[in-house]
Amino acid sequence: MRKKKWKNLKEAAIKAFFFTCGILAILVLLGIFLTLLSTAIPAFREIKISEFLTSTHWDPTSPEKAEYGLLSMIVSTLMVTAGAMLLAVPIGIGVSAYLSDVAHWRVREILKPVIEILAGIPSVVVGFLGLVLFGPAIAKIFHTGNGLNAVNGSVLLAIMSLPTIISISEDSLNAVPRAYSEASLALGASHWQTLLRVKLPAALSGIIAACMLGMGRAIGETMTVLMATGNARAFPHGFLDSVRTMTANIAIELGEVPYFTTHYYALFAIGLVLFIMTFAVNLAADVVLRKYQEREQ
Amino acid sequence: MKKTIVIIALSLALLGSLLLAAPARKMIQIKGSDTMVNLVQILAEEYMGKTPGAAIAVLGGGSGTGITGLINKTCDIADHSREWKQKEIDQAWEKGVTPKFFVVAVDGLSIIVNDKNPIEQLTIAQVGALYRGDIKNWKALGDYQKPVSLYGRQSNSGTYVFMQEFVLGNKNYSADMKEMNGNAQIIEGILQDEGAVGYVGVGYLYDENRQIRKGLKVLKISKEPNGTGYLPTDKTAVDSGAYPVSRPLFMATNGKPKADVAQFLTWIVGPEGQAIVEREGFFTIGEGKYKAANDKSFK
Repeated sequence: MRKKKWKNLKEAAIKAFFFTCGILAILVLLGIFLTLLSTAIPAFREIKISEFLTSTHWDPTSPEKAEYGLLSMIVSTLMVTAGAMLLAVPIGIGVSAYLSDVAHWRVREILKPVIEILAGIPSVVVGFLGLVLFGPAIAKIFHTGNGLNAVNGSVLLAIMSLPTIISISEDSLNAVPRAYSEASLALGASHWQTLLRVKLPAALSGIIAACMLGMGRAIGETMTVLMATGNARAFPHGFLDSVRTMTANIAIELGEVPYFTTHYYALFAIGLVLFIMTFAVNLAADVVLRKYQEREQ
Repeated sequence: MKKTIVIIALSLALLGSLLLAAPARKMIQIKGSDTMVNLVQILAEEYMGKTPGAAIAVLGGGSGTGITGLINKTCDIADHSREWKQKEIDQAWEKGVTPKFFVVAVDGLSIIVNDKNPIEQLTIAQVGALYRGDIKNWKALGDYQKPVSLYGRQSNSGTYVFMQEFVLGNKNYSADMKEMNGNAQIIEGILQDEGAVGYVGVGYLYDENRQIRKGLKVLKISKEPNGTGYLPTDKTAVDSGAYPVSRPLFMATNGKPKADVAQFLTWIVGPEGQAIVEREGFFTIGEGKYKAANDKSFK
């Protein structure tokens, strides 16, 4: 009798433990969001929201007049991310299609882990490559004098988001039921036609989710762009201009900002904007992925 | 099952007691100026080699970062290549931190270009105009048809603030300036960019053989148009103030330095430390006003 009671208690304790673990992530996320919100809002006591979102001049430590305009940085972030996706999505889908359908299993066994290792390279190392390797190469190709610009950032972020895109796309291609491709082949379609017209459409939502997750990674990346894009504050007029992303700006200025000043609050406001952007992207990825899983069942 | 639990518990207890019993070796934490980080690292290494039991950790991050660190009591010594702003001193006092300043070396802030650039000498005003973005092409200054590409530091850098105050005349930097993460990155950029101009601490000009790095050109700077220009590597010009952009490099402590921190600082401003300062390409503090100021801070 006593033994049974003890057992019940143990059961309840274990249950409670796992429940806490599960809810912890939500609590942390909520905590971060609330902190971000409460530290960002005081910024707008002195900065007009319209100025914050539409002015292109950012210079909070200016000896002339402190200015808080975020637009250049929003555009820079979007440019670098879009550039990265432009490079990474076609390559990523191509590689995952190759891995799942074309490659010999031995090649796949080697290639997939190698691609996953790529995800483990520290971002400073990638940034340094941008500084000393891609930068000079880009300068030579485009005759720009230097390679510290949005193109460089895009290339590096593409490299960094590729493992995510390839890995998840390949999983979703593999999850397409065998019957689909077998039916297609039996009807006389070639391998290429089967891949392009049957498997890719069937796995499309998984592939879209993969790209979204890769994009989330690219938007939030800091060190790499900080090192490789030159960080000029001017509004970018093209991919060959030096750009400063929101993440880079926070990293540059948060270390020395006097606490509880408008500048300090403004940096958190940038963080909030960034959070909303990545949240939107991740949410979209989640919705798409869910749709895909529903269809699977 | 019971056995395993006992073993785990025992080993945890053992680990805990080991951690507690480990000698509490006090590490001196130094943070701040990126211009000084290499120099201070070498000073710390030599000092630790000579002094058994000394433990010093040196971090960069920029003068602003070091100063904020000292105010928030996350480091024992702050390196800074600019003076403290009034705001920072006020903040320190509010938190009960009373900074004491020591000049440990003198830097000739060097204006550098790619060695393809034919220009040899600029006035202070011309450098200011370049960095404010008033001059967009090198042809305005000499026989060189190339757009100017500005390299500078980020706002947490003491060098950034120093330039803005003494060279730009407290005006905004051009928004087109590329803001690099440190002296070394500015040099990397300039080596590859034929239209580049940048500013770095004099200690960063040299390669491992104590020669000016290949591909760089250090500009002579004059105060007046047509005046005599001087190089930041010229010790007499920097000492006499004839080189117009030289500056003291500081270390700050919270209150009068005590025990091992005091020992380390005394060693740096002493003959041994100053010999290393000179070897690394910076200039010594000499016997004049800096030494007098240091002596006051030690008391």
